[in-house]
Amino acid sequence: MNLSDAGLSAVRSLRANSLRSALTALGIIIGVSAVITMLAVGEGAKLKVAEQMKSLGSNTLIIFPGTVTATGVRLGSGSRNTLTEGDAQAIANEIPRVLAAAAGMRGSGQVVYGNLNWSSFIYGVDTDWLTAREWPIARGRAFDETELRSGEKVALVGQTIADMLFGGTDPTGQTIRVKGVPFTIIGLLQPKGQNLQGNDQDDVVLLPITTARGRIIGNNQGRVRSVGHIYIKMQDGVDMTIAESQVRELLRQRHRLGADKDDDFNLRNLSEIVAAEQAASKTLSGLLAAIASVSLLVGGIGIMNIMLVSVTERTREIGIRMAVGARPQDILAQFLSEAVILSLIGALVGVALGYAGTSALAHWADWSTVVRGEAVLLAVFAACSVGVFFGWYPARKASRLSPIQALRHD
Amino acid sequence: MTALIEVANLARSYPLGEVTVNALNGVSLSIARGEFVAIMGASGSGKSTFMNLLGCLDTPSRGQYRLDGEEVSQLSAEALAGVRNRRMGFVFQQFNLLARASAQENVELPLIYARVPAAERHRRAREKLALVGLADRAHHRPMQLSGGQQQRVAIARALVNDPPLILADEPTGALDTHTSEEIMRLLQDLNGQGITIVLVTHEADIAEYARRKLVFRDGVVVEDTKPPSASGREAGGEGEP
Repeated sequence: MNLSDAGLSAVRSLRANSLRSALTALGIIIGVSAVITMLAVGEGAKLKVAEQMKSLGSNTLIIFPGTVTATGVRLGSGSRNTLTEGDAQAIANEIPRVLAAAAGMRGSGQVVYGNLNWSSFIYGVDTDWLTAREWPIARGRAFDETELRSGEKVALVGQTIADMLFGGTDPTGQTIRVKGVPFTIIGLLQPKGQNLQGNDQDDVVLLPITTARGRIIGNNQGRVRSVGHIYIKMQDGVDMTIAESQVRELLRQRHRLGADKDDDFNLRNLSEIVAAEQAASKTLSGLLAAIASVSLLVGGIGIMNIMLVSVTERTREIGIRMAVGARPQDILAQFLSEAVILSLIGALVGVALGYAGTSALAHWADWSTVVRGEAVLLAVFAACSVGVFFGWYPARKASRLSPIQALRHD
Repeated sequence: MTALIEVANLARSYPLGEVTVNALNGVSLSIARGEFVAIMGASGSGKSTFMNLLGCLDTPSRGQYRLDGEEVSQLSAEALAGVRNRRMGFVFQQFNLLARASAQENVELPLIYARVPAAERHRRAREKLALVGLADRAHHRPMQLSGGQQQRVAIARALVNDPPLILADEPTGALDTHTSEEIMRLLQDLNGQGITIVLVTHEADIAEYARRKLVFRDGVVVEDTKPPSASGREAGGEGEP
């Protein structure tokens, strides 16, 4: 009996019991659709994280001012302006392979254009800031070194501002008032979307830090050139752990901290945040993988059960086949191909169902999902393995029947 | 010339609980090519056991069985399948056709296991169906055929690999008298074409179609009669028990 004969006879006998075949395949269908969904969700999460990593900027360190302890009371992060433009400058000059070290400070306030107004985050930034954040200009231009030094009243706005105050029309060249001070918009930033916390990153107005300090974000506590944060963008391929310790060492020296003193700044490695996010999506994938393997297992046991029933029911048929010359391995092949074809059909329906389920998740639950060809192959392969594994025992049992006993069976 | 079938001290016993049942108790005989042998005996006489051993459906507990000069009593299950496939054909009382397959597919079944390509299978199956007079019923299922027609399909299936031997176990047991006659005449025709036929029956009039009669009782052959009319046939010469 060759492969196509075995396949044909398997399909025929499965069709003869189509309801039973369908119910048997159900376990495999559920298992395979779970595998497809799991891999799609996992892949989607991975892609989303990669996207967020890109918008946050990979190879990025961010430094915030540290805490201060005054007479035993520990104030929160950023309670003292320990970071300065000088720090950013020193990092750019002294740490090897730094792409950009940009200083900035953040505040918030009302932004007014004509009779519209909108509360937004207001950043005072230097010229390297956009490089460090990997944030391109969509229209217009960024401000240059001269404008920064002289504290010109120019602004860059994010897409949300353009939408809220300008109804999506080109805002460049227009004048807005930020906390009452008029600024000319010279550029529109490219949309960046949400960050990991779900905050709208496009709801920003960027001003030269020199202009913003004092006038708009008046929080310098008497210290000149203090900044709210420093973004450091390293070149590709730099070991971020090493870069982190180099920056920490440099800042401790600059801030004259003895070995017994704590850092007076907060140094964060953004890749760690992304790693945490990745771990969360891995947990979800792991859960789905467990469901998928359990239902594939249960499906396989269902197949074994039905195949055993089928072998008993068709003992006489087996006897006839043996009498006319079927070898034990022919009988084995016949029942094994029934099990495999059953799981294969289950797998195909499962793939379709998994695809539909994935699309539904993407649509209704707003999860990002990606169905990949490899995932489909993996699921189909897993289902076939289940078919072979659980079909083996009943098929072998059939092949070992004695011809005369099988013929006499009713 | 060697006999087609040669058995010596053939015995088969089954353990049945604590006792052992000796279904066949040392049978020695030979059947030449071209013979038409009827095996008779009451139920429990060992005739069916003997038939199953001849058909390689069962293996003997003791003794030798040489088919066409080759010792087959010790072959593996796989080799026995090959022997059943190519060197003999079965006709059963209950026809034993696959219910879900058409007449033609049933006839093709032995060819599938002989690894014959599909086109060749179809051709040979149609040829044998025509031989048994069922060319126009090739695509009917067993359920759509009469008992006699079903048995003809079974005979076509037995013939499809052109074996030298046909084993018929009560082939008319489920048929009426008229149809029984038709089937027996068909077997007689086949015997006339040189095919050796061994027939198990408990009906004396059916046994009359054969030229040699073996009677079994209590697991041994008690009678081996060859009508004088058959002795003239070529290759039918020796009939020693």
